[in-house]
Amino acid sequence: METAEKKYTFKDFASNQEVRWCPGCDDYVVLRSMQKALPEMGVKKEDVVFISGIGCSSRFPYYMETYGIHGIHGRAPGIASGVKLANPDLSVWVMTGDGDAMAIGGNHFIHVLRRNIDLNIVLFNNEIYGLTKGQFSPTSLVGQKTKSSPYGNVQPPFLPGELAIGSQARFFARIGGNTPKDMSKIFVEAHNFKGTSLVEVLQNCVIFNDGCYTHVTDKSVKDDKQIYLEHGKPMIFGKNRDKGLVLNGLKLEVVTIGENGITKDNLLVHNAEEKDPTMHQMLVRLTYPLATGVIRRVSDLTLEERLEDLTNHVKANSKFKKTDDLFFSGETYMVK
Amino acid sequence: MITAKTNHQDESLENVVIRFVGDSGDGMQLTGTQFSDTSAMFGNDIATFPNYPSEIRAPQGSLYGVSGFQVHFGSVEVNTPGDNVDLLVTMNPAALKTNLHAVKPGHTIIVDTDSFTKKNLEKALYVTNPLEDGSLENYRVIEVAMTSLTKEALKNVEGLDNKSITRSKNMFALGMVYWMYDRSMEHTIEFFNKKFKNKPHLIKANTKVLNAGYNYANTLELIPSAYKVSPAKMSPGMYRIIMGNTATAWGFLAAAEKSGLELFLGSYPITPATDILHEIVKHKHFGVKAFQAEDEIAGIASAIGAAFAGDLAITTTSGPGLALKGEALGLAMMIELPLVVVDVQRGGPSTGLPTKTEQSDLLQAMYGRNGESPVIVIAASTPANCFDYAYEASKLALEHMTPVILLTDGYIANGSAPWKIRSVEEMPDIKNNLLKEYNDDWQPYKRDEDTLARKWAVPGTPGLEHRVGGLEKDGLTGNVSYVPENHEEMTQVREEKVQRVQNFIPDLKTKFADSGDLLVVGWGGTYGTIYSAIKQLKQDGYTNVGLAHFNYINPLPKNTEEIFKKFDKIIVCELNNGQFAKVLRMNFNNIEFLQHNKIQGLPFGKTELMDKFKNLLK
Repeated sequence: METAEKKYTFKDFASNQEVRWCPGCDDYVVLRSMQKALPEMGVKKEDVVFISGIGCSSRFPYYMETYGIHGIHGRAPGIASGVKLANPDLSVWVMTGDGDAMAIGGNHFIHVLRRNIDLNIVLFNNEIYGLTKGQFSPTSLVGQKTKSSPYGNVQPPFLPGELAIGSQARFFARIGGNTPKDMSKIFVEAHNFKGTSLVEVLQNCVIFNDGCYTHVTDKSVKDDKQIYLEHGKPMIFGKNRDKGLVLNGLKLEVVTIGENGITKDNLLVHNAEEKDPTMHQMLVRLTYPLATGVIRRVSDLTLEERLEDLTNHVKANSKFKKTDDLFFSGETYMVK
Repeated sequence: MITAKTNHQDESLENVVIRFVGDSGDGMQLTGTQFSDTSAMFGNDIATFPNYPSEIRAPQGSLYGVSGFQVHFGSVEVNTPGDNVDLLVTMNPAALKTNLHAVKPGHTIIVDTDSFTKKNLEKALYVTNPLEDGSLENYRVIEVAMTSLTKEALKNVEGLDNKSITRSKNMFALGMVYWMYDRSMEHTIEFFNKKFKNKPHLIKANTKVLNAGYNYANTLELIPSAYKVSPAKMSPGMYRIIMGNTATAWGFLAAAEKSGLELFLGSYPITPATDILHEIVKHKHFGVKAFQAEDEIAGIASAIGAAFAGDLAITTTSGPGLALKGEALGLAMMIELPLVVVDVQRGGPSTGLPTKTEQSDLLQAMYGRNGESPVIVIAASTPANCFDYAYEASKLALEHMTPVILLTDGYIANGSAPWKIRSVEEMPDIKNNLLKEYNDDWQPYKRDEDTLARKWAVPGTPGLEHRVGGLEKDGLTGNVSYVPENHEEMTQVREEKVQRVQNFIPDLKTKFADSGDLLVVGWGGTYGTIYSAIKQLKQDGYTNVGLAHFNYINPLPKNTEEIFKKFDKIIVCELNNGQFAKVLRMNFNNIEFLQHNKIQGLPFGKTELMDKFKNLLK
């Protein structure tokens, strides 16, 4: 990818289309965070492509002054894979929701993560179907009352991070939908990571599932209920920075610094680059505190790199340079 | 039954059909391929068709485990693998039972008597031994103890286990057939030398058995005659034998090279289309990108992405896969990207008859999408012209900025025939609609006046940033538009864009007669049989029958109606329940179309068609 010579501002990435999400929707936060993150990435505007499926969040490409395809339901990972394989110099983003990625597009979601093409996926998780007006999604909670579960949802949910890491995701981050600055930072990190990166945004749907994350994302509780993980730093959280995580047997446990002889040195140090996914899975599953930030970031060869190596090897060892070489090779015969 | 010595004589024949049949493990495909290649190099025109079970390793000796290979070769033009078998080579009772119906009385059958054991007869559900009960009375049966003779021939060759000895009996059969048709063994011996380069004992063994078969046929003179089939008159040039699926793959390679674009294939394995994927993945040396996706939908989705990014993008499938791709194909149509979808048709509906042929995806190709969703539909009609129509599909997609569905079928995809090799240099030019740089005049949906194609503005080009998507779009900017009049106008424009392709495709040409009593209409892979049937009729004195065979289905050639009007009767022949006839009736509602349909998973037979046509001429 070539670096941009021109210094952009967020305005350069806003298209002339009127944004039509509901007032107060976290999607606006994601849009603005992305428009602010892109100038930081140093990528040329013409090299950026946004691909989406269907759903509220999938309208995203229309609002970006870049290349984009508003695709069909669940298939954005396939379309994006084709774009990236055709031109590996592009910065390709998949914008998707919990229904788009994990219900109708579940198959593509797991396979795109397995392959590790250098794509960036932003998963807007609002635990509800918004565009079809309020049915339960694959991340809705058991008991959740929705238009299609008036007596409460009976289908146990997916945890996106758990599914993703189980599908070989090399990069997984989680971020609250009301923290634009951290979100921009994570988008830049996702862009810089070579391989498929998945960013789950805990996105509040003001109409059909309002307040579903308030207990962890509201400004008044956020610091006490979330642990923002940073690679190489101790797992510490709390308004007073006095809480932390230790390993007790095979479980994570919350401890208080200063109690029972616990000091900062007793806390676990976050290693996002550990290949073994066990700790990352534990962090993803943790409900108190809820882990945010970059939870996993493990470098690996991308599919493009593997393909390029293979293609170069085949090219170097092949006698076929043009199709004529192939067509006239082997068992041919002349008719006079 | 003729098993006694007969007087040896040479006989000249115009064309011959041989079918080699045996157990899946008997090597019948290899035997058939060797015979066809040798015949092609000798100068015969040929057509071949393999017929194998869908089970990968069916139980030995079972009726459903029979694998066959048919070759039709001649000193005259050969257009089909043939419907009546002149020589049936059978390696076991099951093969005899399942294939005897294809041999007309009086014709020849070679059997391996060693395989007619009690156990094998039971497996083939024979109550009595057909070699003894008189049921083969009307055929010339050549009984050969092939397994024992093979063992005998190999008794002094070291390093062979029992299994490899019995497995080479197919070469004994091939040797016999080579002698019967006066063929040289050179090509096959050369093949052994290459294939078993590092296993000299296998070269020796196979060569020995091949010779043993040849000499056996020669010296014992069990065979009524040695036939001569002279070289055919074919247009001069360099040839090779090519399978339809390979020709399809190569057509795309050629189109990519000619257009200067990289080829991208997004695909998912499905019978009988998978061989195209197999062929294209081999050619990474040309920079081809082949992506085996997680399913049919991801296959086409990735191709759409690649098309957006500027590649010549294709996806390959068969009927059920086309059904899965329907929604994505609608997207490609809506965002007006060049994309080729190959549907190698098989017997449907649902899973249907995966290894059998049919033409029943025509209406799915035409209409199998939600909304008003026109795409170009074309069809290849011979194994060799799969090359031309894959090339043409790419050209039309790129020049008109639209998806193109290329229909082939299991019959021509697996069949092979001589292909006069086409150099990329002699192929027609392919223009594309790529916009290399920004200009003030550009809008995402601004169209070319002639083709109505929009420009191809690909990511990476400064100033051309734009968004496309499945929502209805404004006719110029491509922005989302719910304006009622705009939707109607866009619907008409998308239809008109496909219809205008008429101005860029060749006129329909009739064969055998320009006007007359009967016009036979066909499309796609039935060409060879229909052509042969009418040719025969003409030789028999029916000069009033014409053939109109369609390769362009949507749009139809401009002069279609004009041609239809020159004939008193029109009969549409197709391997489905009348799908093309329906399309024609919709287009020409004042013309009567008779139908001849066959829905058995099998190609037409020449005689069957001749009888049908003769009846109409009474």
